[in-house]
Amino acid sequence: MIDRIRNNQLGQLTLANILEKVREPGVLFWGIGFPILMAIGLGLAFTRKPEILRYVALIAADTGSYSIILKDDKLGNTTFRLEKMPWEEAMVQLKRGHVNVAVTAEDSGYRYHFDPLNPDAQLTYMKLSPVLNRISPSELQHQPAGSEGERPEYEEDLSATTGVEVDALTVTGTRYIDFLIPGMIAMGVMFSCLWGLGYGIIDTRSKKLLRRMIATPMKRSNYLVAMITVRFGMNVIEAALLFLFAWLAFGITIQGNIPALLVLFLAGNIAFSGIGIFLACHTSKTEIGNAFINVISMPMMVLSGIFFSYHNFPDWAIPIIKPLPLTMLADGIRSIFIEGAGFAQTAVLSLIMTVTGIVFFTVGLKLFKWH
Amino acid sequence: MSSSFAIEVRNVFKSFKTVRAVRGVDLTILPGQFVALLGPNGAGKTTLVEMIEGIQKPDRGEIRILGMPWKGHQKELRQIIGLSLQETRYIEKLTAWETLRLFGSFFGLGIERVEEVLQLVGLEEKRKAFTINLSGGQRQRLALGIALINHPRILLLDEPTTGLDPNARREIWEILRDLRKSSDISMILTTHYMEEAQQLCEQIVIIDEGRILREGTLDQLLGEDPSLKNLDDLFTSLTGRWLHD
Ligand SMILES: Nc1ncnc2c1ncn2[C@@H]1O[C@H](COP(=O)(O)OP(=O)(O)OP(=O)(O)O)[C@@H](O)[C@H]1O
Ligand SMILES: [Mg+2]
Repeated sequence: MIDRIRNNQLGQLTLANILEKVREPGVLFWGIGFPILMAIGLGLAFTRKPEILRYVALIAADTGSYSIILKDDKLGNTTFRLEKMPWEEAMVQLKRGHVNVAVTAEDSGYRYHFDPLNPDAQLTYMKLSPVLNRISPSELQHQPAGSEGERPEYEEDLSATTGVEVDALTVTGTRYIDFLIPGMIAMGVMFSCLWGLGYGIIDTRSKKLLRRMIATPMKRSNYLVAMITVRFGMNVIEAALLFLFAWLAFGITIQGNIPALLVLFLAGNIAFSGIGIFLACHTSKTEIGNAFINVISMPMMVLSGIFFSYHNFPDWAIPIIKPLPLTMLADGIRSIFIEGAGFAQTAVLSLIMTVTGIVFFTVGLKLFKWH
Repeated sequence: MSSSFAIEVRNVFKSFKTVRAVRGVDLTILPGQFVALLGPNGAGKTTLVEMIEGIQKPDRGEIRILGMPWKGHQKELRQIIGLSLQETRYIEKLTAWETLRLFGSFFGLGIERVEEVLQLVGLEEKRKAFTINLSGGQRQRLALGIALINHPRILLLDEPTTGLDPNARREIWEILRDLRKSSDISMILTTHYMEEAQQLCEQIVIIDEGRILREGTLDQLLGEDPSLKNLDDLFTSLTGRWLHD
């Protein structure tokens, strides 16, 4: 009896799968290290910094720089460093993204040059222009420019000058990182299934190992079941580690219903496992697998609101974006994480993803080329 | 029609789109017989052997193993056949031992058999080596070990020694010769090397462009024409080409 279990096909296939994964350092890095690094990078980049430094080009023949500091105890201080440079140099710096606004000081006033479609440049312009309006161009031009590190020439306390009250929200769930982490969990499931399952199967086929294995009494279902279960287990671990990190580093919590989250996560895995099997059903060329995966994942990466809300896309695109599996999974996880949603809000998403997965799986299996 | 043949191939054809890979092959192999399929690249050896292995389906013709056609006998046949494909890359980060363990489990066999096979193919010292780190010869011996793990009655080896140096090749020949002495296993092996065919197999089948050109024992094949010194000469006299370069 014990031998029956130890010599069991499914058990050995599962074990072989696990060993193959844990012995591949790249798998651990891309599955666990990389998402965490990305969360750190993006989390830090978009978390409010106490001091914001913005570089602005001031068109002039000589060199030097002025600093203008806007004090603001609610939103954080902003320092504008006006760097004197000739026009050509300013254009180069604009292209490089070092500055996003160039200013020319004329006797009649200031002239601003920037890309109006760039919200960051707009912000610089809007914050800087009221301050500059109080400094006459001739004053600015004839002041000897301080060298870097010197005391600023101008300082202005925004909290005192504006009559408008600003309340900085600190409620959890409104920060960028709160938006980002659920999206990254969803993205992790997608990539893991497409690469781990889809590419893994194609690779096995291209090595002729699949052909070799089915020339034994191995049950084909055992092979697929082992692949899918190991993949699911790894996805659970990856997601749990990413969440653990986000909880420790950024204090992220789950506001909604946890069983609903688990069901949703399972449904997302079913959807992407089905897609993974489907994309791997026929080809034995890993390059083609690679291309399939990019074609499937890249549009969703951009459209599905992983890094920024898809509401930035035009209205007509939204009905196309919403039914994408990655959108459904990311939206679902996000609603449970930050909006406190439960089964009532996510059951339909889970159901649609499950059905999607089963459809792809069934078709994939019909077309599946074992040798 | 119970059969006294280990393998029967009757009038088998197989094409891929425009390529007629196998064009009407008849071949019978007796129990305990070792048969070599000798032919140049593209002769149709792999296609023929894979049809016998039940991996590919013939377009036409019949194949029986121990009297059983593939249709309806998948289960029994998979149990009694051992095979190695022309080129298989195993799971890279699995050791030789683990790879045998995995394939053993497909037959419900345990670690005792893994140990026996490791010894049989002389890989005891490499049991802990990942398959990716095995040399070409060791990898071929692992493939042979996998082919033998289920005590097959029918052994089908597709170019088991291609790419190996003479020593590594001879090691594999030794294993096969011992096997022949100690069991009544039947074998087909494909090869480009006439020496391999001569050394291991009593029956030699020369195949080219999907057809059998000649078959028989070495003496029969060479006896036809006193000017022929070896199988290479025979092949050249039959086709005007060289068997291998
Ligand atoms: N899956 C396939 N699709 C298309 N053509 C194929 C396929 N398999 C084999 N062929 C063609 O069939 C012919 C016979 O191929 P096969 O692999 O059986 O030759 P072989 O004798 O094993 O050659 P080699 O010594 O190079 O292994 C070749 O022309 C080959 O290109
Ligand atoms: Mg071949």
